[in-house]
Amino acid sequence: MSSAVLARGLTKRFGELEAVRGIDFQVDERECFGFLGPNGAGKTTTMRMISCASPVTAGELSVLGLDPVAGGRDIKRRTGVLPQEYNLDEEVSVLENLVIYARYFDIGTRTSRPRAEELLEFMQLTDKRDWRVPRLSGGMKRRLMIARALMNQPELLVLDEPTTGLDPQARHLVWEKLRSLKREGVTLLLTTHYMDEAAQLCDRLVIMHEGRILVEGSPREMIAKETSPQVVEVFDPSAEQQRELATLEGLADRVERLVDRWLFYTGDGDALFAKVRSIMPDAASVWLRGATLEDVFLMLTGRGLLE
Amino acid sequence: MSVATEARHSAPTVLRRPDVRLGSAIRLWQRNASIYRRTYKMNILPNFFEPVIYLLAMGLGLGRYLSSVQGVKYIDFIAHGLVATSTMFGTSFEVTFNCFVKMQFGRVYEAATATPLSIEDVGLGELLWGTTRATIYGVLFFLIATAFGVVHSWLAVFVPLAVVAIGLMFSVIGLSFTALIPLIDFFTYYWTLFITPMFMFSGIFFPLSRLTDWIHVIAWFMPLYHGANLLRALMLTGDAGAALASAAWIVVVTAGLFVVPLNLLHRRLVR
Repeated sequence: MSSAVLARGLTKRFGELEAVRGIDFQVDERECFGFLGPNGAGKTTTMRMISCASPVTAGELSVLGLDPVAGGRDIKRRTGVLPQEYNLDEEVSVLENLVIYARYFDIGTRTSRPRAEELLEFMQLTDKRDWRVPRLSGGMKRRLMIARALMNQPELLVLDEPTTGLDPQARHLVWEKLRSLKREGVTLLLTTHYMDEAAQLCDRLVIMHEGRILVEGSPREMIAKETSPQVVEVFDPSAEQQRELATLEGLADRVERLVDRWLFYTGDGDALFAKVRSIMPDAASVWLRGATLEDVFLMLTGRGLLE
Repeated sequence: MSVATEARHSAPTVLRRPDVRLGSAIRLWQRNASIYRRTYKMNILPNFFEPVIYLLAMGLGLGRYLSSVQGVKYIDFIAHGLVATSTMFGTSFEVTFNCFVKMQFGRVYEAATATPLSIEDVGLGELLWGTTRATIYGVLFFLIATAFGVVHSWLAVFVPLAVVAIGLMFSVIGLSFTALIPLIDFFTYYWTLFITPMFMFSGIFFPLSRLTDWIHVIAWFMPLYHGANLLRALMLTGDAGAALASAAWIVVVTAGLFVVPLNLLHRRLVR
């Protein structure tokens, strides 16, 4: 299988600031590849380099088999881009937004109108086709921007935080649409800081932090490799209970003590759960769950605020 | 250290050859035209009233107290200068405030450059659009002025061409300024230190001939002065030599600065 995006030692500097520090990754055709990371990790900068909006400082980058410097226009012709911030044409209708955007790709009205109607249907915006943009809710604008990114029938879709700021209904709708695009053979590249979004959509992902890639793999692989499979969470233990819980630390692979919670990472959750329950009689204050991507993420990138 | 060297290396000079394609630039022009089409009925009416008000107030009102200026009726004296001014204003609002808002707040250029358009294509599209607006304003003013009987030379058939050249010149100048300034508030300088003084001191309302020499030197560097002179030659005096001299100034300045706004936009937005 050939790769849709290939990066070797990809680097981006803005003056003194090194935003992306020599990262390597490869995205296969027809897969959904995610970039996870806290704000300022370098995700958006990486996306901007891939979508030819930002020139590469150093390293190699190939997108759809082309070099962004020489083939920028051709890459952009075959790529759909969803930027993080709204940039619709506010003065015209929903439908006209799509027609105007298609024209940038030399797609004439005869082709773009029926395609726009189709995409509005796909994004459940048909009854808003004549609305002007300021009337739309945040979720509708986001869906319109996704429809717009599809007007050139892209092979590669670059999505920067596709569901940030959306309500749960809109998020699930967007996820559903993205999955159906993937089934149609579109390669998806997305950034997110929602772990559930990454787990829902991505075949493979990387976690970025301070311009570097920390880990790479499928969500499942990543959880298996980076953390223990189960977590016993203990809420608000008293000082007395904390002393007793401390005696159990040796039984867990790793223990994390937060202000209001203790987390025991373990391979044998049932056994540890029973022991913790004998210390904590209140059933509501002890919880056994599977490890998630969020545990991996927080373990790797830390719990402190990064900005 | 190496970072600084690299940055200097990759910084485009404002005069380098831009990555620009006319076909792509026209796509952005079409975007602006699509949006203008929705509002032109509102816009065109003031375009009609403005010249009428100026010609009535200044030409007929003030002209009543002036027997003649340089041997012609006052309304004849000011009409061509007002056509040049109207052309200048036609693009200046567009390539300053409107373009800044599109670039900075509406993120229109970010959207357009995610497609096969380069930022230089976007810039050229804006120049063409500014010129289009200028032409609409200038030609409309000219036609209304004609109805006031101020055209005295057959060379006036070249007025639309002259208006296009003047419009393009002011589009290039205005868009360069827009690409340079960090905040929208800086446009105050453009208007109060550039546009307004030109409007007043380009020999439009009074002849510069009786003023001191240094005024003439300054005037020679003012684009509107040459725009007004070109239209005076075409509409009033019929002096083909004078028309060519002014046209040459406009063409040289426009051609010399043409790539500047495109490269400035690149430097500002491609990071």
